[in-house]
Amino acid sequence: MKWRFLEEKIFRAVMIIATSLTALILILIIGTVVVKGFKALKLEMIFRLPQGGYYFGREGGILNSIIGSLQLAGGATILAFFFSLPIVFYLNYFSKSKSIWPTLIRFSLDVLWGVPSIVYGAFGFLLMTWFGWTASLLLGIITLALLEIPIMSRAMDEVLKLVPPDLLEASFSLGATKFETAWKVVIRQALPGILTAILIAFGRAIGDAASVLLTAGYTDNITTSLFQPVASLPLAIFFQLGTPYPEVQQRAYAAAIILTLIILLISYLSRRITRRYAKHLVF
Amino acid sequence: MTNYLWRLRKEIWASKFMGLSSSLPVFLILLMLLGLFLKAKPLFVLKPLSQIIFSSHWLPLKGHFGLWPFIMGTLWVTLLALFIAAPISLFVAIFLSEYAPSGIREIARPMIDLLAGLPSVIYGVWGVLIIVPFVGRYLAPLFGTYSSGYSVLAGGLVLAVMILPTIIHVILEIFRAIPQAVREASLSLGATKWETIKHVLLRQAAPGILAALVLGLSRALGETMAVLMVVGNVVQVPRSLFDGAYPLPALIANNYGEMMSIPLYDSALMLAAAILLVLVIIFNLIARLILLRVEKGLR
Repeated sequence: MKWRFLEEKIFRAVMIIATSLTALILILIIGTVVVKGFKALKLEMIFRLPQGGYYFGREGGILNSIIGSLQLAGGATILAFFFSLPIVFYLNYFSKSKSIWPTLIRFSLDVLWGVPSIVYGAFGFLLMTWFGWTASLLLGIITLALLEIPIMSRAMDEVLKLVPPDLLEASFSLGATKFETAWKVVIRQALPGILTAILIAFGRAIGDAASVLLTAGYTDNITTSLFQPVASLPLAIFFQLGTPYPEVQQRAYAAAIILTLIILLISYLSRRITRRYAKHLVF
Repeated sequence: MTNYLWRLRKEIWASKFMGLSSSLPVFLILLMLLGLFLKAKPLFVLKPLSQIIFSSHWLPLKGHFGLWPFIMGTLWVTLLALFIAAPISLFVAIFLSEYAPSGIREIARPMIDLLAGLPSVIYGVWGVLIIVPFVGRYLAPLFGTYSSGYSVLAGGLVLAVMILPTIIHVILEIFRAIPQAVREASLSLGATKWETIKHVLLRQAAPGILAALVLGLSRALGETMAVLMVVGNVVQVPRSLFDGAYPLPALIANNYGEMMSIPLYDSALMLAAAILLVLVIIFNLIARLILLRVEKGLR
């Protein structure tokens, strides 16, 4: 009789330990990056380009990779949005519900979600060799967009499923076509969810290194054309941490804190949006 | 009337356009598989696939591309990560779904999302700063061996943390789908909460938990940057947790620069990518099929 209650207590304790451990690890990761990063972070890092001999510890900053990351992730997010929105509209309003096609599409999106970013990188690399391109901003954007499409579509799909059918029927009964309903009514209702989906996809893209490594190259300048290579924050961290010079490694920490702050900001914003826009909804 | 026709035409065009773009995901998978295998084909022509996979002979300059050390490296790191992450994530998920007060649940959700959203390089930085020295300075001497810290163990630990959110998330969904009445029935028979979980919930959720673990495994399989930064990248079949390893994704990421200058090197790397893709597709197929059946069973 006693053992039953003891068992209950033991497992409860184990669970609390596991949960605290997980929380502790998260705090430890962010703590490590913040503590190391703040020591290394100087204004010069944010507002200057790498100067001559930068990778041996001379002066300069990582403005190139900050701008580059925004260009890559921004471009990819816009491109991914133009594909994701039609996909989810089709899945939710245009497809015939009895056919197997929508199930197949959703399944493909789930599989694509699980495809590692290095495989997207390899595929981007293939495109590059097929078309005879070189590593460039455009190729980086295309590769990241492919990576973002499943994330964005699946997130938006979940949101559109929550749009109340009454709202659709009200719109149809007024004579609106499916497209008009989707474009003018659904979008308004689902806006917070759609914005959150965009932000999540953007966050994934800006932090992704493996796919960009193979397709976008790296440069010490600010990229002004789609056909030039482009720098990115994750790669700046990776390359600088890999050098044997402590001064350069310090800059990797500084770049890491900038990237972490961007991710934290995105995660905060997506939470804010969900709360703030929720009050404009009909239902 | 023209207005009506114009609206109708817009509807038809929109429908066609949407149908077309929605086929993109399906074709993308096929295109990736086809492309990677076509690029890897020159390698199969020379040697049978089994010989490439099971050979440990890695000398790209002489045309020997044995992938076995890399496959074993991937297996060691991935299975270790799953082994560490599985019990922890199961306990966390049970706690959050069955025990935690709503306050803790509300804090936990964004924290897990954040853990899932942190970029892989950040995990890598953390691994290099904390885990690698920890393994090298404390764990290895504890077991009476020497290790630089850049090892299978470091890779597995970092990777375990990275797949925690994926597994926790899926298990939470499964538990949420189990009707409250099932719990109440068990509790009303005098079972304690843990007994209810052990005998009723875990039994119901077992296939779903399996699916969660498979999804975690598939996530771990392709993780590149964080593992690459802490695992040592030594071409060898690891024999202990403190040995260095060289997983497949790291192979691709480290050598993309040289692959155009050595003949067939690009084929070998694309074959590595194709193997990863095939494994991920198989694992996802298994997990999704289980989840579909679970969903139907619970309804």
